[in-house]
Amino acid sequence: MRIHLFIACYNDTLFPRTGMAVVNLLERLGHEVVFPTSQTCCGQMHYNTGYHAEALPIVRKLLHEFLDAETIVVPSASCVAMMRDHYELMAHNANDLHMMGDVKSFLPRVFEFSELITDKLGLTDVGAYFPHRVTYHPSCHSLRLLNVGDRPVRLLQGVEGLQYTPMEGSDQCCGFGGTFAVKNAEVSSAMLADKIGCVKKSNAEFVAALDNSCLMQIDGGLHRELGSRDRIRPVHLAEILNSTRKNPLTAESLAWEGATA
Amino acid sequence: MTVRVGHTAEKPAFPILAHELLQDDQTRRNVRHATNVIRNKRALRVEEMPDWQDLRTAAHAIKTHTLLHLPHYLEEFERNCIRAGGQVHWARDADEANTIAIRLIRKAAARLAVEHPEVIKVKTMTSDEIGMNRALEREGITPWETDLADMIVQMGKDEPSHIVVPALHKNRHQVRELFLQNMGLTELGTEAEDLTGAARHYLRKKFLEVGIGISGANFAIAETGSVCVVESEGNGRMCVTMPKTLITLIGIEKVIPKFDDLEVFLQLLPRSATGERMNPYNSIWTGVTPGDGPEQFHVILLDNGRTRMMANVRERETLNCIRCGACLNQCPVYRETGGHAYGSIYSGPIGAILSPQLNGMKYSRSLPYASSLCGACYEVCPVKINIPETLIHLRGKIVEQDQNTLAGKLSQESMGMKMAAHLFEHPKQYEAAQRLARTGQGLFEKDGQLVNLPGMAAGWTQYRDLRALPKQSFREWWKRNRTNRGDGSNWSGNE
Repeated sequence: MRIHLFIACYNDTLFPRTGMAVVNLLERLGHEVVFPTSQTCCGQMHYNTGYHAEALPIVRKLLHEFLDAETIVVPSASCVAMMRDHYELMAHNANDLHMMGDVKSFLPRVFEFSELITDKLGLTDVGAYFPHRVTYHPSCHSLRLLNVGDRPVRLLQGVEGLQYTPMEGSDQCCGFGGTFAVKNAEVSSAMLADKIGCVKKSNAEFVAALDNSCLMQIDGGLHRELGSRDRIRPVHLAEILNSTRKNPLTAESLAWEGATA
Repeated sequence: MTVRVGHTAEKPAFPILAHELLQDDQTRRNVRHATNVIRNKRALRVEEMPDWQDLRTAAHAIKTHTLLHLPHYLEEFERNCIRAGGQVHWARDADEANTIAIRLIRKAAARLAVEHPEVIKVKTMTSDEIGMNRALEREGITPWETDLADMIVQMGKDEPSHIVVPALHKNRHQVRELFLQNMGLTELGTEAEDLTGAARHYLRKKFLEVGIGISGANFAIAETGSVCVVESEGNGRMCVTMPKTLITLIGIEKVIPKFDDLEVFLQLLPRSATGERMNPYNSIWTGVTPGDGPEQFHVILLDNGRTRMMANVRERETLNCIRCGACLNQCPVYRETGGHAYGSIYSGPIGAILSPQLNGMKYSRSLPYASSLCGACYEVCPVKINIPETLIHLRGKIVEQDQNTLAGKLSQESMGMKMAAHLFEHPKQYEAAQRLARTGQGLFEKDGQLVNLPGMAAGWTQYRDLRALPKQSFREWWKRNRTNRGDGSNWSGNE
């Protein structure tokens, strides 16, 4: 299958490892990955902060870039939620029938990463190997807006050697919330403190999610509290699924230097 | 018009109030405990309902239909209320409503031949919305709150922190102290029974002595002209049956078309609000009945900014609210700060969308940003108000307003957002910016982490660390490792 990748601007800049994992995994599964290099952002930051006029051309650009793509994977649940929840509304508000047509054709072709693997590719076991205790943080947008349900947990449970340790209060927001994290930084970090308590209680070595933005928040809080000492490592689900006996993902390889692989 | 929502005009922004409340460990513990208890009870009572989602859909449909035909149903309610012996008054704003109430109270006091008028009040957040107690006191009228929690708030010269449980921020020990100070008691236990016993004794006298009552309403039924109040204590029942004169203040959005519609709402409301299958007291009354209950019954129908919300479908939906408070108990932001951080009697997610809209986006402008958009509120809302979507809509309105002022245009946020939008539209410049950020971050980098970032990002690094940008972006990796395949890019935009 020919699969187009929309990486998301923050993954591109801050979490290239996730994109590399998606590419390597899909290629290992026998698919061809296409990355339109002019892509940038889905418009979520602008839209959710209230800059609706500014978001519009960003969205139009993205729609144009993926006109010919048959299948699109996005390793960021909140970007997919932005697309599904707001693109039609934006086209409607802009009174742009052409854009509305593009959106209607675009949306059925878009898959969040775990949706792609389970629904489109029909897999729960991708031949991954990751002999660690892993807990899962259902990001709000994957949980409530995309309703991914137990897809990510089924994928984790399909990984050889992986011990899934459920998280208490898993449905609680980590406090990230985009610009909320800086506009209401203090409340955001109070919410984070609660989440970190739950993460620690799970007794996991790794905390996985479908959104690196939430993981950045959790990582930022954990690092502030514990420094770079031995601690729970946040990791995108794609990176765990890309880990094999031959090329295992280790705590050491999660350091940034690993990004230049 | 003088639309007013409590004292929102005088209140600082949410982050400032939240800062104070986050230091208040006692209040935070109380809020956490109380919201946990109600949340768990609600979850239990919702889980046992096989048709819960259908009920939500039905409630949303009834509310949508009613709001689309609001003038029709309000007039039907008025006709039927008058036919049953009630009197109906229309108030455009807070001042009008208070003036009407004061006039009615004066007349009733004259009939009762009391020199210093007193009123007993129950279940009327709407009266807090219009600042009724202050207005009455200015006119020499003494209001007595008789809902237990409202009474606690009034005694403490406090403000409500929750829509359903106004004194949720107080624990039993704090309530005991208040009662000791205000009821002239020397001894009092801390058990719930002790406290409610003292309150009963104290309030019973008021119910027997005060001849004028003021209530709110959960529902006004157009078909019959009836008014419905649901509650747990029975103090509401006392308040709406014992006085000679009863004045009921109703926001115009509280009208429902038919008596049968209660079937839907009386299932949704108690389970959502307090986790009860049914409210212990459901009072429904219609006009006046000689020899039974109040001899004079007045309804004040209040607009106070509601009509203005009708024009836009996204804004109108906020008026679906039946004030159950489920969104507050579920909200991770509310649970950290409690209700006082919102600076409005309507707090939590619903307060964050209702207060600024009632105020015509003049006050409470920080509230639409007091949310991580996690969506927990929408999930539990019994009348399916899409609160996150409304928050985003209101943020859009605020940005639009701000863009009309020079200060707004030149704000750090506005400039930053426009710069980012420009980069996102121009991939080459975006890539250059990525490289620039990687070079520039050296100024703030310490052991692979970014610290003390400037501007808005300072909000991040004040409380959290941030890993430095990696040595290459994904797109750089792709170009180095995969470009021989072509990138499938068809973007021919303006570079």
